[in-house]
Amino acid sequence: MLIKRPNDIVPSEITAKSLYDRRRQFLAGALALGATAGIGALGLSMPRMARAGAKLSNLHKSALSTTGEDVTPLKDATTYNNYYEFGTGKEDPGENSGKLRVRPWTVSIEGEVKKPRVIDLEEFLKLAPLEERVYRMRCVEGWSMVIPYVGYAFSEVIKRAEPTGKAKFVEFVSLADPEQMPGVKMPILDWPYVEGLRMDEAMHPLAILCVGMYGETLPNPNGAPVRVITPWKYGFKHGKSIIKIRFVEQQPKTTWQLANPNEYGFYSNVNPEVDHPRWSQGRERRIGELGKRRTLMFNGYGDQVAQMYTGMDLRKFF
Amino acid sequence: MPWLTALRRLKPEHVAKIKAVLFIALLIPLTRLGWLALHHGLGANPIEYITRSTGWWVLSLLLMTLLVTPLRRLSGLNWLLRLRRMLGLYAFFYACLHFGIYIWLDQFFDWQGILKDIAKRPFVTVGFTAFVCLIPLAATSTNAMVRKLGAARWQKLHRLIYAIAILGVVHFWWLAKKDITEPLIFAALLGILLFARGVFSARKAAAAQPAAARSQTV
Repeated sequence: MLIKRPNDIVPSEITAKSLYDRRRQFLAGALALGATAGIGALGLSMPRMARAGAKLSNLHKSALSTTGEDVTPLKDATTYNNYYEFGTGKEDPGENSGKLRVRPWTVSIEGEVKKPRVIDLEEFLKLAPLEERVYRMRCVEGWSMVIPYVGYAFSEVIKRAEPTGKAKFVEFVSLADPEQMPGVKMPILDWPYVEGLRMDEAMHPLAILCVGMYGETLPNPNGAPVRVITPWKYGFKHGKSIIKIRFVEQQPKTTWQLANPNEYGFYSNVNPEVDHPRWSQGRERRIGELGKRRTLMFNGYGDQVAQMYTGMDLRKFF
Repeated sequence: MPWLTALRRLKPEHVAKIKAVLFIALLIPLTRLGWLALHHGLGANPIEYITRSTGWWVLSLLLMTLLVTPLRRLSGLNWLLRLRRMLGLYAFFYACLHFGIYIWLDQFFDWQGILKDIAKRPFVTVGFTAFVCLIPLAATSTNAMVRKLGAARWQKLHRLIYAIAILGVVHFWWLAKKDITEPLIFAALLGILLFARGVFSARKAAAAQPAAARSQTV
């Protein structure tokens, strides 16, 4: 007969709860200390599982998808990100975005529109049929991915907002809550993060309001729950965790442009001919590949978007 | 402090042991990278990871090399000097890895692209300059070379390390997109180490002067 003895040692007696709760910081601290001494360097941070999103059903495969390219593994797409609201390291968003509350979520449509209103995320998800759009994503830093985004043409949002004749640009304001986003406590960038598009760019069929990727709702490190994607532009143009969409007359002052006007312009179209002042934009490393490949003009979407920029000096309007 | 006295009187065989331990310890960063590479632990962009990691160790080792003299002066632990050459050579070793990764894995021996990078991109220019300057220091690190050059000339040549460390920190600083926290920490540490040297040489000069003045009056 098996008699189960009551466990007379409460776990908290072995490890104080306060210490247990701080175990990650404790481990990180110990690791940092060890690394400094050159002995803890063998320590490994635990590989984190990508947070599973909710499945999005009834996805239409979009004809505007990029074809013939291998899709980047989901794990890479969720653990190698630039999302400074969660820290400036590439792994920071994956590690620090767990506290982001993506429900309830509302987006305020405001500015030069006939129908300003606050839209709930649930409504956003049903505004138009969700499509899967496979796009290349080129980061200004010289690496790229291929990601199956989920969303619909951003023009669907514009149509419903009924912009006035004064609306020349769209501005996207991201959430900047230091409670949920540790990186916002640092004065690295001018918070909140602001991005923007010219009206014709925002109306372009390739520009999407994105609510998911890989068939699921957007993971937190990728800008949950709602963002905008313009695949012919560098990744930093794709505003994440958007809380405001403003229709404005003047060209928005975008965050990276304010941070360093010599290096980041308003347009930021992918352009292998115009180098970043500190590195070449001629080639890129596709995540998962060893060698580098040539960067394509407008990230390979030139046939669709080039006509929006005819007559513009792209060296000046970089 | 009795422990410090004991440390000052460390026997040569103990110093040799410390040296051996340090030699192995400084291989850990490389071993770790190898281990991570075998276990898919280098993240989504492995080449960037190992480039940054080796670069970080070059800077750290340069600072450790520069730390030896101030630490020796403050503590009186003269045997620390016997670790300095190894620290410097390890800095060169990790710099070779760093540069090699750039040439091979980052640029794939695209010499035209590499030359363009060195000429056009200030952060590559300073990094490359620092690397080139390290070569003569590594080449003249043997006892035979010290004898051949003579202590004074050798010392003069090896003052290049100050410039190398500064260029290295600038290299790190200029490549940062926006967050310069880490380069700032390296810059601050380097500033302290160079300042300490300034204080030592000023003291030395001050100590030498009265002696010189005295000898003149006699």
